[in-house]
Amino acid sequence: MRNVLTIFRREFVGYFTTPLAYVFIVIFLVMAGMLTFFVGNFFGRGQADLQPFFMFHPWLYLVLIPALSMRLWAEERRSGTIELFLTLPIRMIEAVVGKFLAAWCFAGIALALTFPFWLTVNFLGHPDNGVILASYIGSFLLAGALLAIGACVSALTKNQIIAFVVTAALAFIFTAAGSPAVLGALQGWAPQWLIDGFTQISFVSHFSAITRGVIDVRDVFYFASVIIAFLCANAILIDLEKAE
Amino acid sequence: MLEIHHLVKHFGTLIAVDDVSFAVARGEVLGFLGPNGAGKSTTMKMITGFVPPTLGTAVICGHDITRAPIAAKRCIGYLPEGAPAYPDMTAAEFLDFIAHIRGFSGREAKRRIGRIVETIHIAEVLHQPIETLSKGYRRRVGVAQALLHDPQILILDEPTDGLDPNQKYEMRKIIEDMRPNKAIVISTHLLEEVEAVCSRAIIIAHGRILADATPSELARRSRHHNAVRFAASGATDAQLCAELQRLPAVAAVDAARDGEGLLIFPRGGQDIVADVADLARVHRWQVTLLRVEQGRLDDVFREITTAASESAPFAAAA
Repeated sequence: MRNVLTIFRREFVGYFTTPLAYVFIVIFLVMAGMLTFFVGNFFGRGQADLQPFFMFHPWLYLVLIPALSMRLWAEERRSGTIELFLTLPIRMIEAVVGKFLAAWCFAGIALALTFPFWLTVNFLGHPDNGVILASYIGSFLLAGALLAIGACVSALTKNQIIAFVVTAALAFIFTAAGSPAVLGALQGWAPQWLIDGFTQISFVSHFSAITRGVIDVRDVFYFASVIIAFLCANAILIDLEKAE
Repeated sequence: MLEIHHLVKHFGTLIAVDDVSFAVARGEVLGFLGPNGAGKSTTMKMITGFVPPTLGTAVICGHDITRAPIAAKRCIGYLPEGAPAYPDMTAAEFLDFIAHIRGFSGREAKRRIGRIVETIHIAEVLHQPIETLSKGYRRRVGVAQALLHDPQILILDEPTDGLDPNQKYEMRKIIEDMRPNKAIVISTHLLEEVEAVCSRAIIIAHGRILADATPSELARRSRHHNAVRFAASGATDAQLCAELQRLPAVAAVDAARDGEGLLIFPRGGQDIVADVADLARVHRWQVTLLRVEQGRLDDVFREITTAASESAPFAAAA
């Protein structure tokens, strides 16, 4: 546990010693704002809620989360520090969890910095703050699931660009699986179980369920199991491939 | 303190390390020698638990690296090849991170970092990002990291690679100073280094141990061991050669390649300097140079490692 904290701290501080942290936060906030106000028609709807804000999170994360996760292991591989890191007296799981939590916490901070949106709707009307809180939790879980996928992909390469592109592609599959476009294409010919399967693995269907204000145990369990599964895969892959 | 039992490592069809066994006791500095790709680094990576061995194991202070990796890793200080360190951290932050991972915090961490900074002389760069440091300082930070927890076993992969002669001298002094309380393994391809710091040398090529002896024992295997460097006036070199070659203990006489006199090689490494001196007196040569050679490690090294590649022509280098 102590080691997790030490690794967490090193990684977390590491985000802020490069411009990455600031670039990420600024772009995240600007894009979230533009999508909400221009594409989501925040004011035109005449409703005091953050639905148009959260609606775009899965698509925003698709591009931004891989940028956070790509360096986690790829950079250690490229610079050779992985040999130093993994010959220290730490358990593999501590290394994996420490790194993941640092990235997740950073994403959480970026998310928390969107609080002006929340202030705005509260200033303009009387939104259901319970729904907003649930949505924030859902968005945070979604970010965690994508980061776990990204960390796992990053473990496989020493090239950050490859890590970015592969993570974005996987994230797209998980995000788009339940979208009307994909489901519509399947409708009519594919068996029902396949359509259900696509709906079930989709991040968007679980995320939008939470943003409606209901934190269902099944949705939370879904995100938690995605995170745990990919972190386990991450640990195994590092163990197998660390010497390559 | 460090025992290596029949380590074997295969990468696919390539045999990088082939049944390597040795032991290192406290107070020993073992020089791990070999051409590039001989399996030195791979062996060190297995000892330190980075690469799992295909067969065999390493026992570090009684802990088997394959069965109790955490306990074993606690006893090791390791400088990986190229002294990797997190480039965007300062040396101080980096050492602080290592100290915490090694289980020291607060005042104890500070005390240990302070002491190591002093011994390794990195105080003046302590607050610079590691990526801005020169090669010498970077390597020193790597060594500092390896020494922070005062390990019983120290594994240094090419600790002086890329350092200038002064830095090399200093690094060797650091190793020499630590020697009494630790078992130290250093890998190198510099033979002068073996002579300077090692109490024992292992020569490895194609993953196999070819020699395991003290540096002076190894040097004794050289053709140059007990050879006599000789120059005299009063006769031409050709005359000198002819006379010297008649001595029963002399195997051959060559002009030294560096142009400094003649090199007289003895039969079977015996002592011939007295015979040469006698001969000079008999012929009334004015001796201007008479020196007994110690033997050259690089000769021995080349002989041992190239003989191995001739006998195993299909063993590719790792």
